[in-house]
Amino acid sequence: MRGNVRFMQGNEAIVEGALYAGLHFYAGYPITPSTEIAEILSERLPMIGGKFVQMEDEIASMCAIIGASLTGFKVMTATSGPGFSLMQEAIGYAIMTEVPSVVVNVQRGGPGTGLPTSVAQGDVMQARWGTHGDHSIIALTASNLQDAFYVTVDAFNLAETFRTPVILLFDEVVAHMREKVVIPQPGDIEVVERLRTSVPEGTNYHPYLMREDGRLPMSDFGGKHRYNVTGLVHDMWGFPSSDPKVAYDLIHHLVDKLEHRADFIARYKEHYTEDAEVLLISYGSSARSALQMVEDRRKRGVKVGLLELQSLWPFPGKTVRKKCVGRSHVLVVEMNMGQICQEVKKVVSEPEQVFLANRFDGVLISPTEILQQLNMIQGKGV
Amino acid sequence: MKKKKKLTINREWCKGCGICVAFCPKGVLVLDKEGKACWAHPEKCKNCGLCELRCPDIAMELV
Amino acid sequence: MAVKDYLRERFFPQIWCPGCGHGIVMANMIRAIELNALKKDEVVVVSGIGCSSRMPGYLDFHTLHTLHGRALAFATGVKMSRPELTVIVPMGDGDALAIGGNHLIHAARRNLDLTAIIMNNSIYGMTGGQYSPMTPFAKKATTAPFGTIEHAPDLMELVRGAGATFAARTTTYHAKEMIKIISKAIKHKGFAIVEVMSQCPTYYGRKNKLGNAVDMMKGFKEGTVPIGSKKKANNPDLIERGIFVEEKRPEYSMSYLELIEKYRVETGKVVRR
Ligand SMILES: Cc1ncc(C[n+]2csc(CCOP(=O)(O)OP(=O)(O)O)c2C)c(N)n1
Ligand code: SF4
Ligand code: SF4
Ligand code: SF4
Ligand SMILES: [Mg+2]
Repeated sequence: MRGNVRFMQGNEAIVEGALYAGLHFYAGYPITPSTEIAEILSERLPMIGGKFVQMEDEIASMCAIIGASLTGFKVMTATSGPGFSLMQEAIGYAIMTEVPSVVVNVQRGGPGTGLPTSVAQGDVMQARWGTHGDHSIIALTASNLQDAFYVTVDAFNLAETFRTPVILLFDEVVAHMREKVVIPQPGDIEVVERLRTSVPEGTNYHPYLMREDGRLPMSDFGGKHRYNVTGLVHDMWGFPSSDPKVAYDLIHHLVDKLEHRADFIARYKEHYTEDAEVLLISYGSSARSALQMVEDRRKRGVKVGLLELQSLWPFPGKTVRKKCVGRSHVLVVEMNMGQICQEVKKVVSEPEQVFLANRFDGVLISPTEILQQLNMIQGKGV
Repeated sequence: MKKKKKLTINREWCKGCGICVAFCPKGVLVLDKEGKACWAHPEKCKNCGLCELRCPDIAMELV
Repeated sequence: MAVKDYLRERFFPQIWCPGCGHGIVMANMIRAIELNALKKDEVVVVSGIGCSSRMPGYLDFHTLHTLHGRALAFATGVKMSRPELTVIVPMGDGDALAIGGNHLIHAARRNLDLTAIIMNNSIYGMTGGQYSPMTPFAKKATTAPFGTIEHAPDLMELVRGAGATFAARTTTYHAKEMIKIISKAIKHKGFAIVEVMSQCPTYYGRKNKLGNAVDMMKGFKEGTVPIGSKKKANNPDLIERGIFVEEKRPEYSMSYLELIEKYRVETGKVVRR
């Protein structure tokens, strides 16, 4: 592919993806292992006329990007587990008010201050259910830096398409390792711009009136239409309502707009899956070890393959179910106590054939450990 | 001399808190039977506008 | 224009209790906006959660009703991306000083051009009368049945220390003064804070046997004096009103634009908005 080839760190690849997608406003609070994102953007954003603000905490950061996004700009914040916890109320606000925004969580060990500089994938469920109330969410991830670049662009595109916050759930290993990344030329990959209303100026614009295709055109807040935004249950004008019908329709809309398009949002990669008898399912840095293990086994003629998930939420259940059919064993490889494994068990027809190979002690799971787990479940001993 | 303004009271919005009545320097206002503000003695009104400025419900306007 | 012309009239009468001071603040804030000759399209009102924070819904400006305590953080995002807009942030005393205290300090420190109007009724009105950081020592609330043993800060000193470049106090009784002060605060280029002592007859008044709204406003009349008044020397319990801080310091969003401009001049890079 054409493009600017550079050797860089994971956090830098995320920045490059965000800038490629049109990031204009960043607010954040430093936390390992995401801090480099803020450091790089504090220099890069003013260079293109964008804005960087180091806020007083992660709560303020999330709130500030929502305010900035409403005015018509692409926005992002980045953090790690503890900061992600602080952002949850405002993430719910962005869901409720349907404000496009991108939240990077470079995961580290938890709970509490946990293992600040070590790898983990323990925030999968926090990304899904961290904020209160019924809702749906998009969460993407990647196992290498080129993909980290792509899914970051993708995150901005999905945020605009669905008017929703999108979570980028990376981990310490991906964020801190260095790899070659090709930055495509402008125009080489799709960038979704904000859909703006064609309603002429005045007060006749409805911020929450759906078009026939299900999309809700926006108007830059503070611009030519005067309207109201509230985190309360609201009608199509954006004014509070306690009508049960309005509440019912709104919550349904917030959930359905993503769950009904789960296939469209599903992102995954397949490695040697076609004839695989054993299927590994993994994502993020643990998928690197899983792939290594698969490639080692293939050299010895063992029919094992890897389904690498790049979208975790909405959970790509249909894909996972289909891909698991006919395998002798399914082995989920992740860096937590089985957060995705549980989801896989829920969707397959033979959940007793689904096993877990994991670590949650701050150390990256190795190909050997995955193999040992496989041998054990196959009754081959360690 | 400037023409004297009339005090209009929006009875739908007035909540009868009595703030305008209590602080009118000329004792012009009263609360009527329904508990709504009433410009009872217009002849005494000096058009100072204080009732309008202190009404919490934007129920008064000197026009 | 009349005050009414700035309202979304279909939502009236508003939800506040009879005699609630928040309505007086809203009306006089509108008058201050009018004095500044601002068009409706040039004004953004951002609030958090509380009785006071219900204000934006009634106003025909660009209005943003956010989370409890977080209005200044949302407003920071709006103002930084659209510095040409006038951003006003009405807040409750709990909203601004308890849950949002950190944001208040940092907005003041940055000197971002926002106008914060703190409607101080010394109580959490919306949740039914619990004590707030501004409840004076020994006053009662539903969570201070024996009188609070906590102390309220002097808000003016607090924000002065944090670096606010404009800080003033007034009350709902002093309506003309309120208009003048809010108008000046809006005009001020930098972080401006106006504390308006406001009455919550329903909870604070009732719990502390302060009478109705009228009695509470009489209390503001008798319990406050202009800054520097001799009366204060004789009676230190009197609370001062007026402008406590008015200083010039580089404004944050402008400093940021200068930084962008400087980089452009140094490197010759083209800036896009
Ligand atoms: C995170 C969060 N915590 C608590 C609440 C509940 N709550 C709503 S308003 C409020 C206090 C309101 O008091 P104040 O800010 O003084 O405003 P007032 O109602 O007195 O005008 C509280 C505690 C909330 N909405 N969100
Ligand atoms: S101040 Fe306003 S609401 Fe109160 S009684 Fe007078 S007109 Fe009615
Ligand atoms: S304008 Fe002044 S004198 Fe007339 S009714 Fe109102 S407060 Fe009283
Ligand atoms: S509870 Fe208090 S603050 Fe809330 S509307 Fe009623 S009087 Fe006003
Ligand atoms: Mg209060």
